[in-house]
Amino acid sequence: MIALSDYLILGAILFALSVAGIFLNRKNVIILLMSIELMLLAVNLNFIAFSHYMNDLAGQVFVFFILTVAAAESAIGLAIIIVLFRRRQTINIQDLDSLKG
Amino acid sequence: MQHTAKAGAHYGHTTMTFEQLAFYFLASVAVIAAGLVITVRNPVRAAMFLILTFFTVAVIWLLLEAEFLAIVLVLVYVGAVMVLFLFVVMMLDIDTDQLREGFAEYLPIGATVAVIILLQLAIIFSSGPFDLEQMPAPAAAAADYGNTHQLGLLLYTYYVYPFELAAVLLLLAMVAAISLGLRGRSSSKRQDPAQQVRVRKQDRLRVVKMNAEKQD
Repeated sequence: MIALSDYLILGAILFALSVAGIFLNRKNVIILLMSIELMLLAVNLNFIAFSHYMNDLAGQVFVFFILTVAAAESAIGLAIIIVLFRRRQTINIQDLDSLKG
Repeated sequence: MQHTAKAGAHYGHTTMTFEQLAFYFLASVAVIAAGLVITVRNPVRAAMFLILTFFTVAVIWLLLEAEFLAIVLVLVYVGAVMVLFLFVVMMLDIDTDQLREGFAEYLPIGATVAVIILLQLAIIFSSGPFDLEQMPAPAAAAADYGNTHQLGLLLYTYYVYPFELAAVLLLLAMVAAISLGLRGRSSSKRQDPAQQVRVRKQDRLRVVKMNAEKQD
């Protein structure tokens, strides 16, 4: 049988990879968004594993809502990227410094 | 006698069941694909590997008896969100070489942070409370058990207000994405709400005085 810890460690590996992806691709907004999606996927895997092993469907309901929010987030994020590219002709984060942050 | 007991113990500890084999195969595919997502040069390929990751994790969710969410992940993510990603990546003319600058520069710190996070989580997860002894795997559900049915019962009763809020959130995201993408085009016949509010009676309405005429 597969232990719960195997699923949790798989989720941890996916999460760590997506954190590394945010560090490595800090100029490309699209890969950053993909890393965030990967991070949410890792969290969802944890939710579903706990839901299965504790016999509680509430975890799956949470995953349902997380999927909804993630879909909304990526739709708005990609729309913002398109508007940004139309204005500045680039999606390089280093060039987006008009707020002087 | 001792020999057979030993053989039985050997059988129980080292032979993999099909479920384990499937899990470790899917897990390694998911990890490799996720690693390629963050390292490949071409964003289109990154999106393709992200699709592979999502698909593999959906199959892992099937192993966890979350059938509805596995199908939703494939339909919503692979079918809609990743197509949107590919659409945007292909539509924008991106200079990938310029965006790759600093990749080697940030590699040490990124790898260090990732390894630290992974080590911390792995120490906690493998320390005992999540083992098979503490948390035994539940028995497989009966053949007539419907994951979608049970989830629907829960979602439309206890979680009905969050469910409706999620619907409003999706509507909001749709309106926001459309209004962000909309270009102000002078040729389109749009209404200007500000002008509609500012309208006065004397601009629109003319009262004509005329004598009553006699009908034949």
